[in-house]
Amino acid sequence: MAQATSPPDEMVEGARPVTGASPAPDAAGLGRARATGFLVPAMVLILVFLVVPAVWTIYLGVTNYRLTGLAAANPEIVGLDNYTEALGDERFRTSLLLTLQFVLGSAVIGQAGLGFAIAFALRDRRGPLRRVVEGFVLLSWILPSSVVAFLWIALLDRDAGTLNALLGIPGMAWLLDYPMLSIIIFNTWRGTAFSMMLYAAALENVPRSHLETARLAGASTWQQLRDVVFPRIRGHVLTNLLLISLWTFNDFAPFLITAGGPEQRSEILPVYVYKVALSGGELGFGAAISFIMLLINLVIALVYLRLLGRRKESA
Amino acid sequence: MTVTTARPTPATDPTGERPTVAVRHVLARIGRYTFLCAVLGFFALPLLWLATAPFDDTPTVTASLPQFTLDNFRTLLDNPYALSSLLNSVYLAGGTAALVVTFAALAAYALSRVRVPGRDALLYGLLLLSSIVTGTATMVPLFELAFRLNLIDSRLGVILILSGGLLPAAIFILKDFMDSTPTSYEESARVFGASPLQIMRHIVVPVVRPGLATVGVWAVANVWGNFLVPFLLLRGPDKAPAAVIMYTLYTEGGQADLRLLSTFSLLYSLPVALMFVFVSSRYGFRFHGGIKR
Repeated sequence: MAQATSPPDEMVEGARPVTGASPAPDAAGLGRARATGFLVPAMVLILVFLVVPAVWTIYLGVTNYRLTGLAAANPEIVGLDNYTEALGDERFRTSLLLTLQFVLGSAVIGQAGLGFAIAFALRDRRGPLRRVVEGFVLLSWILPSSVVAFLWIALLDRDAGTLNALLGIPGMAWLLDYPMLSIIIFNTWRGTAFSMMLYAAALENVPRSHLETARLAGASTWQQLRDVVFPRIRGHVLTNLLLISLWTFNDFAPFLITAGGPEQRSEILPVYVYKVALSGGELGFGAAISFIMLLINLVIALVYLRLLGRRKESA
Repeated sequence: MTVTTARPTPATDPTGERPTVAVRHVLARIGRYTFLCAVLGFFALPLLWLATAPFDDTPTVTASLPQFTLDNFRTLLDNPYALSSLLNSVYLAGGTAALVVTFAALAAYALSRVRVPGRDALLYGLLLLSSIVTGTATMVPLFELAFRLNLIDSRLGVILILSGGLLPAAIFILKDFMDSTPTSYEESARVFGASPLQIMRHIVVPVVRPGLATVGVWAVANVWGNFLVPFLLLRGPDKAPAAVIMYTLYTEGGQADLRLLSTFSLLYSLPVALMFVFVSSRYGFRFHGGIKR
């Protein structure tokens, strides 16, 4: 490690022992100065477009900054007014609650539940059935969100939607009557692939013989899951839940289907911020909501990294 | 005596139990196939329309067996923004992928081979940052930033913002790749007097090519479907990528042109679908062992 402090010139070349096992042997003779140069372009982009926005959110959140009008020219610091206003705002609280429903329903129950169920049902299968099922699930994951959003609008259409035609209930307005349920099922459809693949990989770590033994001993599927499978994939379950919760929490795709409506009944936080800040022009207030979102993201990410660190140590 | 009378009972028990185990086994099988069929139906149902409508003489929103025709694709040529938006998508995805791969490779190489002070903290910070700072949580400052830097309605602005967001994860992926490649080639090249840049170009790049390809494909897929950033930053339809044009096609007033909408969504989806088929047939699209992201 001390080598890294040596100057990046040829003089050290002969003196350098062959230390292939050391973590950073600087085999190319890059040297610290040039290495820093290699880092700079990436770091500049990250700094400008990731760090600055994050910090700026904090500043904007305590101002009364607006897109137009007097407060646009000279924004004033208003302290925590935006936050107290938000917490007292019915629309914000509803939005937070809807987001919670969205994450719980579509990520935790929908994606993780369905993803695990599919992976478990396919665990010892090879061949066409597995490929077809996995193929369709993955396809729904990789298609562009604005295409997929329209596919769902077409599917759920009141007058000519395929779903109503299949169920024989024309005139059922899913998106108007059940907007939240619609986007929860939509997001389940869209995101299950990740959980399915993660659990498929996890289930390969469960020894087949253990499951076989449990089955021969007469354990029901539920008992096998609880006593044999789950204890072995607990880490994967946690990882999966944290990641998909984080992604779902920040997901903007429901905007493409319901745009938060009708009557803000599907207005999850990302859509709420967009409408308040960029359509409504209340940039300061929107930034305060964004900062609350960042804090929630931070908590989830810290738990995830803590978990990751522990798994790396034990590995 | 007691032993012999006791014998038949345990003997009948297993025979009495075996059928129930077998029955349960059959039921479980039936249950499993029913479930898988339901899953297949659920995931295939919304896709039906995408598969049929583009080829239907008179497409409706209901998925149905098409009156086969290829005429619908001609409507794409009539729309002023359809094809140019696909080109815009290519431009944005290509630009971002090039930037991300180049910058991430340089940074990952430096981090992998030289002990930059504070490296571990830097990597940890990057990973944390990239997962908490998302477009949806920072749309206000991003909009502000683009405005101040004169990047509103600029495709370069979209490329830079998307690159900034993708770089931390890309550096992470590539550093893993580089850590696992041996340094002996580089050492011997150095003995023969190759300069660091020569080593980078002629040895490191070829060796980590699979990693570069992975990151490139991943970046393209990310940008190709991204709606929010171009939606926020690009004003006119002439610069908008397919993601935004697709949205305006079905939300902008009046009756949506279903011929145009269906063919456009198919054409827009095809590149990522093909890329996915290519990657999965070449490298196998699944996770192995420890999952990081």
